Amino acid sequence: MSFFSRIHALVRKEFQSLLSTKSGRLLLVVPVIIQTALFPFAATLEVKNASLAVFNEDRGRASVEMMQRFAASGAFTRITPVWSGEALDEAIGRRDALLAVHIPADFSRKVATGEASPVQVILDGRRSNSSQIAFGYLQSVLDGYLKDRAAAAGRVVPSEVVARNWFVPNLEYTWFILPSLVAIITTIGSLIVTALSVAREREQGTFEQLLVSPLSPEMIMLGKAVPAVVVGFFQATLILTAAVFIYHVPFRGSLGLLYGAMFFYALALVGVGLFISSISKTQQQAFLGAFVFMVPAILLSGYTAPVENMPMWLQHVTWINPVRHFVEVVKGVFLKDASYGRVFSLVWPLVVIGIGTLSLAALMFRRKAA
Amino acid sequence: MGHPASGGHPNGLAATPTTTVKDPGKGELAAAPQSNKWVSWRRLRALCWKETLQIFRDPSSVLIAFFMPVLLLFIFGYGINLDFSRLRIGLRMEDGGADATAFGAALCGSPWLEVHAYESRAAMERALVDSQIRGFVVIPEDFSRKMQQRGETAPVQLVADGSEPNIAQFVRSTVNGVWQTWQMERGDERGEALKREIVLEPRVWFNPSAESRNFIIPGSITVIMTVIGALLTSLVVAREWERGTMEALLASPVTRTELLLSKILPYYGLGMTSLLLCVGGAHWALGVPFRGTVLALWVVGSLFLLSVLGIGLAISTGMRNQFNAAQAALNAAFLPAVMLSGFIYEISSMPVFLRGVTHIIPARYFVSSMQTLFQAGTQWKLLLPDILMLGCTTVFFIGLTAKLTKRRME
Repeated sequence: MSFFSRIHALVRKEFQSLLSTKSGRLLLVVPVIIQTALFPFAATLEVKNASLAVFNEDRGRASVEMMQRFAASGAFTRITPVWSGEALDEAIGRRDALLAVHIPADFSRKVATGEASPVQVILDGRRSNSSQIAFGYLQSVLDGYLKDRAAAAGRVVPSEVVARNWFVPNLEYTWFILPSLVAIITTIGSLIVTALSVAREREQGTFEQLLVSPLSPEMIMLGKAVPAVVVGFFQATLILTAAVFIYHVPFRGSLGLLYGAMFFYALALVGVGLFISSISKTQQQAFLGAFVFMVPAILLSGYTAPVENMPMWLQHVTWINPVRHFVEVVKGVFLKDASYGRVFSLVWPLVVIGIGTLSLAALMFRRKAA
Repeated sequence: MGHPASGGHPNGLAATPTTTVKDPGKGELAAAPQSNKWVSWRRLRALCWKETLQIFRDPSSVLIAFFMPVLLLFIFGYGINLDFSRLRIGLRMEDGGADATAFGAALCGSPWLEVHAYESRAAMERALVDSQIRGFVVIPEDFSRKMQQRGETAPVQLVADGSEPNIAQFVRSTVNGVWQTWQMERGDERGEALKREIVLEPRVWFNPSAESRNFIIPGSITVIMTVIGALLTSLVVAREWERGTMEALLASPVTRTELLLSKILPYYGLGMTSLLLCVGGAHWALGVPFRGTVLALWVVGSLFLLSVLGIGLAISTGMRNQFNAAQAALNAAFLPAVMLSGFIYEISSMPVFLRGVTHIIPARYFVSSMQTLFQAGTQWKLLLPDILMLGCTTVFFIGLTAKLTKRRME
């Protein structure tokens, strides 16, 4: 038998074991669909439906106008009036409110005389990211109000900041999440398929049969790699399609560039998966091993929190994390129409990681086979 | 089985039954009644010992229970940081006037910004596309002139990288803040009454430094507990079904209660050890203050752990296949614990439907009670609703497992 017909037979066998049962087929598709349907709504740092508790001791015009602005802005869906300082504290303590505003009794009088009137705002520190963003909303609503007051009084501010967002003009979180999901869900799919396939054969004893066949360890690896790459491409295409046609996220870059980069990413992942399965004896070990790699890799990919917020040495460590580079590729190509040069600068680390992990895995396999 | 009397306390893990299980049939291992009503303490101890050995013999369960928590605490402690200490932005000065220079200096002086000056606008835009900077400020050429002219407003252009919405928000509010302070100071210097009539004074509660570490660590403990409770158990029990050892056990005089308890107790011990490791590590190594009492931690931790153990057991009893059980546990327990528990992503920001779904996820109640315990202390008034809900989920999932096991046994 020639090299290609052997590989062909092996790949066919792998696909059969992957797709032969109904539950196996379903597990490749259903979780992806559920994740694509739920995560864009769940995994968001956007602050929506925020609630504001207000203790207004002032009855003057300025405080009423300011509160009307807050209510009309739409940033806060619920504005709860409270009547004592204790009730205000409790609203934060019980998480009834993300922000609590205390307007002192002499507020309107001071505003009328042009004195600076302080308004105390309590932020729930347990939810520091959300409360800071909500505070930003509050500040910008207030800025608008102050500007209108100045204009009504015939004063003109000497300068102003005109802010715009590029790539995602209205800061829709789904535009940010879906490209990242392409990278993350594909990671889970292809990594688990590779890691478990060898371990399952080992647990069932069929791996020895493979080793005594005329196939070399490298050919066995290739046979295991092809289905994982195919599964990765399939799942990625599924999410890409949903992103463009269901969520209407504009795809700005080149599809060829994205799929080219994806190929090298899948190879890097297959290397990791094969390495894990080469050192595990059981499916449990392979699965938990894949898990121990996957969770840190996804958490440190820049998706949950930006890489630039990490300490410098950790930023250097994340260079060996394939997910980090690929999340950047997908977001760049998808939303920013990233240039070839930029994509290349992200892909060559993937190639290095792939070569490294694949050769490590080959080494382990050859030791097992010998 | 060796000497169950002396061997039943490996690291004290299996010692818990003494307090929880009655002891009706001492010394009646062979003659124990077959009915489901009785729990033979000796048989249970032997079964627990077998499970415990199995846990410690497999390096992967030790990896998950002891190495993973340390790794995750470390990652959440240092890697996941939502507080922007230095935002990289670009600056293009098209104007060399006094006001433009002063504002540029104010930007460079901000401790929150890392300002890179660019000679051409095109290079700066390319840097934004390549994610080297997160936003840029352009001070247009007539800025200083317009600043001097009364009745005219000089615009400063700010462009933020919208492909990172959270970062873009912080870029905007930081640059706005610098601009506001600069304008007020400029007004003061020139003796112009350019006061803001209303000043918001933010005060952060529970976590005065506003470090996201302090609220993410309690949440990450939830993820670790879910992994031990649901993922590990589902694999282990599914393997017993897959290999047929479960049938062998069922053919023995072991009762359903004993079987369930023998799966729950060792992993409960493992999970609680891991919980102590996490809380201790967070408190002493990462300096995230734990303000609650051990009693409260034990109550909340036990209830949550039992719920996720229930999920893991129910999945594996239903699936009986490791690959499927692992995938199902990943999707039914782990991902919801990350995505829908409210530890990174706000539940209140989710659509109504999803908010409804979060109510049946035990992790949600555990996250909120852990955050209370860490940051506010043992406030039973805040904890009670969570404890109540955790009690319900525990009863539900353990009951479901009992029912599924019964069906399998018949």
